[in-house]
Amino acid sequence: MVSVSDERTGKEQRVLEVTDLSKTYQSGQRSLTVLHDVSFTLNDGDTCAVLGPSGSGKTTLLGLCAGLDTPSSGRVVLCGTDVGPLNEDARSRIRNEHVGFVFQSFRLIPTLTALENVMVPAELRGRADARDAAQRVLEQVGLGDRLSHYPVQLSGGEQQRVGLARAFVNAPRILFADEPTGNLDDETSQAIQELLFALNRERGTTLVVVTHDEALAEKTDRIVRLRRGTIVSDSPTHASEIRP
Amino acid sequence: MALRDSRGSRRRLLLFVLSMSVGVAALVAINGFGANLGRAVEEQALGLLGADLGLESDLPFADSTEALIRDIVGEAAAGVGLDVNEVQARRTTFASMAYFPRQQATRIVSVRATSGSFPFYGTFETAPTDAADTYRDLAGALIDPSLATQFGLSVGDTMRVGQVYYPIVGTIEQTSSEPAFVSLVSPRVYVPLAGVDEELLAFGSRVDYEIFFRLGGIDVEALAEDLDGRLPREVEIHTVDREREAWSEALGNLYRFLGLIALTALLLGSIGVASAIHVYIQQRRQTVALLRCVGVTPKRAMQIYLLQASLLGLVGAAIGAAAGTLLQFLVPGVLAQALPFEIDMRLYPGPILVGLFAGVGITLLFAWLPLLAVRDVSPLSALRADVETGQLARTVRSPRRLAALVAAAVGVLTFGAFQGPTPTVGLAYVIGIAVVLAVLGLVAWGATHLVRKLVSPGLTYPVRQGLANLYRPSNQTRLILLAVGFGAFIVFTLLIVRSTLLSQVRLADEGERPNLIFFDVQPDQLEAVRTRVVDLELPVVEEAPIVTMRLAAIGGRDFRAEREGEAEQSWAVDHEYRSTYRAQLTETETLIDGTFVGTYDGTGPVPISLEQDIALELDVAVGDTMVFDVQGRQMTTLVSSIRLVDWNRMQTNFFVVFPTGVLERAPQTWVLVSRAASAEQSGGAQAAVVSDFPNVSAIDLSLIIGVLEDLFAQLSAVIQFMALFSIVTGLVILAGAVVVSRYRRIDEVVLLKTLGASRAVVRRISAVEYLSLGVLASTVALLLSVPVGWLLAKYAFETPIALPFGSLAVAAAAVAGITMLIGVANSRGIYAAPALQVLRGS
Ligand SMILES: Nc1ncnc2c1ncn2[C@@H]1O[C@H](COP(=O)(O)OP(=O)(O)OP(=O)(O)O)[C@@H](O)[C@H]1O
Ligand SMILES: [Mg+2]
Repeated sequence: MVSVSDERTGKEQRVLEVTDLSKTYQSGQRSLTVLHDVSFTLNDGDTCAVLGPSGSGKTTLLGLCAGLDTPSSGRVVLCGTDVGPLNEDARSRIRNEHVGFVFQSFRLIPTLTALENVMVPAELRGRADARDAAQRVLEQVGLGDRLSHYPVQLSGGEQQRVGLARAFVNAPRILFADEPTGNLDDETSQAIQELLFALNRERGTTLVVVTHDEALAEKTDRIVRLRRGTIVSDSPTHASEIRP
Repeated sequence: MALRDSRGSRRRLLLFVLSMSVGVAALVAINGFGANLGRAVEEQALGLLGADLGLESDLPFADSTEALIRDIVGEAAAGVGLDVNEVQARRTTFASMAYFPRQQATRIVSVRATSGSFPFYGTFETAPTDAADTYRDLAGALIDPSLATQFGLSVGDTMRVGQVYYPIVGTIEQTSSEPAFVSLVSPRVYVPLAGVDEELLAFGSRVDYEIFFRLGGIDVEALAEDLDGRLPREVEIHTVDREREAWSEALGNLYRFLGLIALTALLLGSIGVASAIHVYIQQRRQTVALLRCVGVTPKRAMQIYLLQASLLGLVGAAIGAAAGTLLQFLVPGVLAQALPFEIDMRLYPGPILVGLFAGVGITLLFAWLPLLAVRDVSPLSALRADVETGQLARTVRSPRRLAALVAAAVGVLTFGAFQGPTPTVGLAYVIGIAVVLAVLGLVAWGATHLVRKLVSPGLTYPVRQGLANLYRPSNQTRLILLAVGFGAFIVFTLLIVRSTLLSQVRLADEGERPNLIFFDVQPDQLEAVRTRVVDLELPVVEEAPIVTMRLAAIGGRDFRAEREGEAEQSWAVDHEYRSTYRAQLTETETLIDGTFVGTYDGTGPVPISLEQDIALELDVAVGDTMVFDVQGRQMTTLVSSIRLVDWNRMQTNFFVVFPTGVLERAPQTWVLVSRAASAEQSGGAQAAVVSDFPNVSAIDLSLIIGVLEDLFAQLSAVIQFMALFSIVTGLVILAGAVVVSRYRRIDEVVLLKTLGASRAVVRRISAVEYLSLGVLASTVALLLSVPVGWLLAKYAFETPIALPFGSLAVAAAAVAGITMLIGVANSRGIYAAPALQVLRGS
């Protein structure tokens, strides 16, 4: 387990603080504990991979961290706010301000164009420059010429780039990516990974990537391994050593 | 297999199938009512006529005719030991002014003067009960309850008809020979025949003379046939059988007309079924592909889903049939005003079976086309979701698709022909509805495209997202527009028709147009009545003589000779013509053919002028000869001109106008047209003139407007009851479409929530989405109902359309509001759905 030792780094640098997090699903008579006393902390700019076999609770953990679900016990402090006591609206606001998401299955709104999809989080925040900001990020991910295309008119890789642009448009402090390259071929996957890390470097966004891909995991600073709902290992990677 | 596969979606599909159930319910209710109606007419036929034999004429029975009747009927009666004088009753019906001295009010009424104990059969209920038997002995009057209400009359009050005073002894509650709505047009007053003011029956007044016989034990039909050939042409012979036939036909037409309206709901429902199956199959593509992968043939796959569809159809039809069976007990209440008797409703299996058959049949016919898509699902799409798009396009023109389309069309047309008053009317109606639906669909399509164009970047995000949602796949925007739009179309069209009809009458009250008519003025009273009117400071706008006559022959056709042979004669042939004579056209008339001859020069046939419609009806043109029987005198005329008449004025308008110099000596009455500035002035003038000249009747426009409003209220209650089925069908389809879209919606809401959308934003999005749907549906319905209303106004009512802007706006707002409510209600609770599933990618 990661110790919460370096108090001196200061609370303002701490993006995510997970303490003794458990999640139990009740289905009929049986109860299924999917997460068991999970704790870890992430600071600004950290990159972290969550690895584990299917069904080990990775997605569940991600959801709890982002306040998409309520834990059975334990605490999640996201960007300095304890999300536990918050209502849905307040959680939504925190997500909108500080959190970005990238999904395995892209999850674009089919009725909106690429540009409009990227604009959504900015508009939800009420930014007047939503259009310009979205356009800029799209250009950054190399889709400057596909602004008015609808999702069905884009390839999987392009859709995921739109997804990335959407995740970054509000300059979030933390980005959750659930198997972002799971649905893509190797080459496209590489391109997306590069983008992901480039954006992380440029903007200092904390990155949490759930993946099955050991190679992708190796590019992060730290790998958290889950098995049957518990963290079995949490260690810095080779990459963390060569990075400044 | 078929059942197992539908698990989970069953409840959602059922909601759609309910849209068909509503139509089935309407059908079963109406047909069930029809079956009861048939039986009731059978059972109550005696009461409908009130006697075994009735003889009716609009001329007094001549002595020779009376003698003939006494001979023929007397002989038959004597055969069974009856005295013809004892089994006889008379009724003389005419319009007259009733004057109520205490109230100092006067109103035109329909007087029924009776002798003998008519009616012999059926109900004649009065309050108090014994008044029905005593009014003749008491020389009292029975009045319609509407009259009692209007003037605050009660038993013991006095009324005057002509010069005769009658104490009011009771009100008429129900008679089995007349439906209640006749009293709307003109309230009935029953008085004894003995003592009636003979002046009122003077020549020229519209009087109906009837003699009734109670002839139990006699073959009345044979007797009637014997009479047919021997009585004068103007005598109509009524028997129980003939009456039953006439009523069956009239009421049968009524209920079959209502059946057509039921069919409307069913047609709309069938579209609901078709799109339900379509959406269902879209959702099942993966399943179908998997089935195909494990070796199920396309045909077998389709059979599985066809079986599912028919089971659902059966369930929907059963629900509809059950509801309809219960609903049929409401129909007699809705139609109470048009029925002369109460119907004790019984259950008949026939209508229920027809309903079940129609429900399942319609489901199968309309499921067929979307189900064809099952055949085209490639097993490959189990592996890759995007294989299908190309394949779909190829099947559009396949023979199978064509066959399915033809089958659906033929099925619906056959059903229309079967359900319609006549096959032709049924077919025409179904085609009409199909055209309306097609145009609605087209306009809906255009409107959605327009909105897409109009979505501008300047709008706020919830508005843009809400509008964009209209294009969400399987959102069924067009179906909702069609369903809601059709319901709205019906409501709007009813509103427009109503306001058009009423404004047609109100229009007549504008400016200096006449609004008060005195009629039945005898020639020797004309001078005095005119003076009286002028004394009352009312203008005499117009005076016209009226001469009644009948058509004897057109060209070489002799109608007297034709009478027995042909059953299907135009009403215009037997019509009693109330013609006038004058030297010039009036301002409401336009000459459209020939030349108008004002004065007869005494040589050759008399040149007359015909109104356009009657000329068409009789199929005569300028140059044709017509022979009129002017109260016993044959008069040969020549059609010299055809006139267009503006009937929308309260004026004296005539089918036939004679020149001066011919009819001056014929028995005639005069009409005097005036204009009162106010209701009070009109009422005062009527009371004054009628009290001086009791045989003169008066009618004013407000009375006619009142009657029309009452009639329309009655009629629209019936139509609204039936239209309700289509509206409910539309709402069920809306609810179905909305519920089906909920699953996609959850997906999207959860995504938005993940991206940080607040509950309020999500709510605003769905409010915008459904409000715009509702507004679009209203707009589409308006775009269609206004032209349809215009067509109806122009061709059916021949009057300018009057758009009721206020009530249309309210109705349109209600449509939009209801749509939004249903949509927003459906979105409730979605925000609380666990957001994790978006991450899991379910
Ligand atoms: N609503 C639920 N009710 C009961 N059990 C659930 C529910 N949601 C998830 N689970 C269970 O929780 C466990 C963890 O699920 P989770 O989605 O977090 O796994 P995962 O590690 O993301 O797997 P994968 O790599 O396949 O995505 C699974 O065993 C799953 O069956
Ligand atoms: Mg997962």
